[in-house]
Amino acid sequence: MSVLRLDGITRRFGGLVALDDVSLTIPGKGLSAVIGPNGAGKTTLFNVISGFMPPSAGRVHFDGADITGLPPETIASRRLIRTFQLVQLFESLTVLENVKVGCHLHTRGGLLAALLPTRAARAEEAAVDAEARHLLDETGLGAQAETLAAVLPYGQKRLLEITRALAARPKLLLLDEPAAGLNRQETDTLATLLRSIVARDTAILLIEHDMSLVMQVADNIAVLDFGRLIATGSPDEVRRNPDVIAAYLGTDEAAHV
Amino acid sequence: MNSLITIWANRRINPAALVLWGLAAAFVAYTFVSGGYLIAVLHFALIYTVFVTGLNIFMGFTGQVSFGHNAFAAISGYTSAVLTATYNWDPLPAGLLGLAGALTCALIVGYPVLRLRGHYLAMATLAIGLIVYEVAVQWDSVTKGYMGISGIAPLGIGRFTVVSDRALLIFLVIVAGLSLLSAAGIRRSRLGRAFVAIAGSEDAARALGIDVARYKLIAFLISAGYAAIAGTLFVHAVGFVSPEVFGLPMVVLSFTMLYVGGIGTIGGAALGAIVISALPESFRTFKDYQDLAYGAALIAILIYAPRGMASLPALWTKWRQRVAA
Repeated sequence: MSVLRLDGITRRFGGLVALDDVSLTIPGKGLSAVIGPNGAGKTTLFNVISGFMPPSAGRVHFDGADITGLPPETIASRRLIRTFQLVQLFESLTVLENVKVGCHLHTRGGLLAALLPTRAARAEEAAVDAEARHLLDETGLGAQAETLAAVLPYGQKRLLEITRALAARPKLLLLDEPAAGLNRQETDTLATLLRSIVARDTAILLIEHDMSLVMQVADNIAVLDFGRLIATGSPDEVRRNPDVIAAYLGTDEAAHV
Repeated sequence: MNSLITIWANRRINPAALVLWGLAAAFVAYTFVSGGYLIAVLHFALIYTVFVTGLNIFMGFTGQVSFGHNAFAAISGYTSAVLTATYNWDPLPAGLLGLAGALTCALIVGYPVLRLRGHYLAMATLAIGLIVYEVAVQWDSVTKGYMGISGIAPLGIGRFTVVSDRALLIFLVIVAGLSLLSAAGIRRSRLGRAFVAIAGSEDAARALGIDVARYKLIAFLISAGYAAIAGTLFVHAVGFVSPEVFGLPMVVLSFTMLYVGGIGTIGGAALGAIVISALPESFRTFKDYQDLAYGAALIAILIYAPRGMASLPALWTKWRQRVAA
């Protein structure tokens, strides 16, 4: 059962075709990955799916509905939640508050709740507090709850962004190069976290440069090259695909493989 | 109490914070006892505390810019002044109608204007302030133009009125305190977190389902509400209003208070309003060099405490740690 379906997505920037007729289905379970060399159109694909950029042609279907052209916040409200290639934290909020912002969609409190802390308002805030702390404990950031997000080390900022996205209770989580800039040990921690997220029935779609991470955690892989989908399949199938080898190593080297 | 001082400071009671707020409280107490001209200075500072608290919600929390919040103070202040002085209304219903009028204008203006970003938003808000000023000048039959409206009734409900300087001081301390408390409540709530999230990253906020345009409008309306209340308090406290009262100098003054006090903090609005109101008075001894000394003091504050007075406790903690190390 697929949760996300792309039909003929094309995105042009002037004369440049960043995405060229990409059709793809992402299953509602497990971890899928989109890989490809620099400039292959991976981030553009994420921007189109999450509503930050409309496609020039084609449709995006999520969870049985056409979400093409909807604004990002509406798409997020359907529980399609993304992270960013350059970490985008709320730096003047604490780690805990960042995760609480992630709970925005399933909470209600407005101005009245802020000014008159009624029993209902206090109960909601207490529930959000408990949920956020629980998530932070799971991702190993529990001890940093009261720290300002701005002063976290880089690797923990990456983890916090994922924790915050999880707080939004995604059906599908889009992660844009979550391993970028992480060291070996941090990448291993990330791999474990990603598997545990998938194990709780949240599907993940990952863009990644780090091939070893993708081969280690992905259930299925799609390969983009110059905006075109050149291969899909299991890690083993993709690894053996001659087009993929050519795209990653260049045609000359591929001839020697 | 420390949570009122700064959202960046740690949670423990900080001796420097106690000193800072002790000084502020001592100043209020001294003024209350001594009376005289200082009491008028403090009235002014407390009314500006309300105004700057509102500005801080839009600029400090939500990270937007407005040069036009004086317009909302003017709309509410003039409404209340005309209704009480010309039509003999009670100050309370007049003030409430002023508040409603200011919020309606903020809604009409804010909806299209908040789609602009950065410099464009700043320019558009500046225009709002100038337009309202021009209306106050030109709409002679109602506002009496440059002459202004005098003899505005003091604050009060029914037969209970706040007449004496000292009673007004107590009343304004309560109102300013409530405005700080409400801002602290907003900052700690889901609403306030959404505001600060928008200031941090609009893209990330949208990706988590926050309707950024809607929340910017809410922040704009809330801050316009504080500005409107400050405007009404002002006309009734002084008993007089003219276009100059809510002119461009009000914008400059409130920005100075916001930055000197500490933008994005809670207590900064009060500290900035009190310090900036009292500072020119304390430099009188410099006679001809008064403005020079005043300017130098402002620059010194912004160099050594760029997050404003409210960040002094945190700076003090850091300094202690450095000395201890």
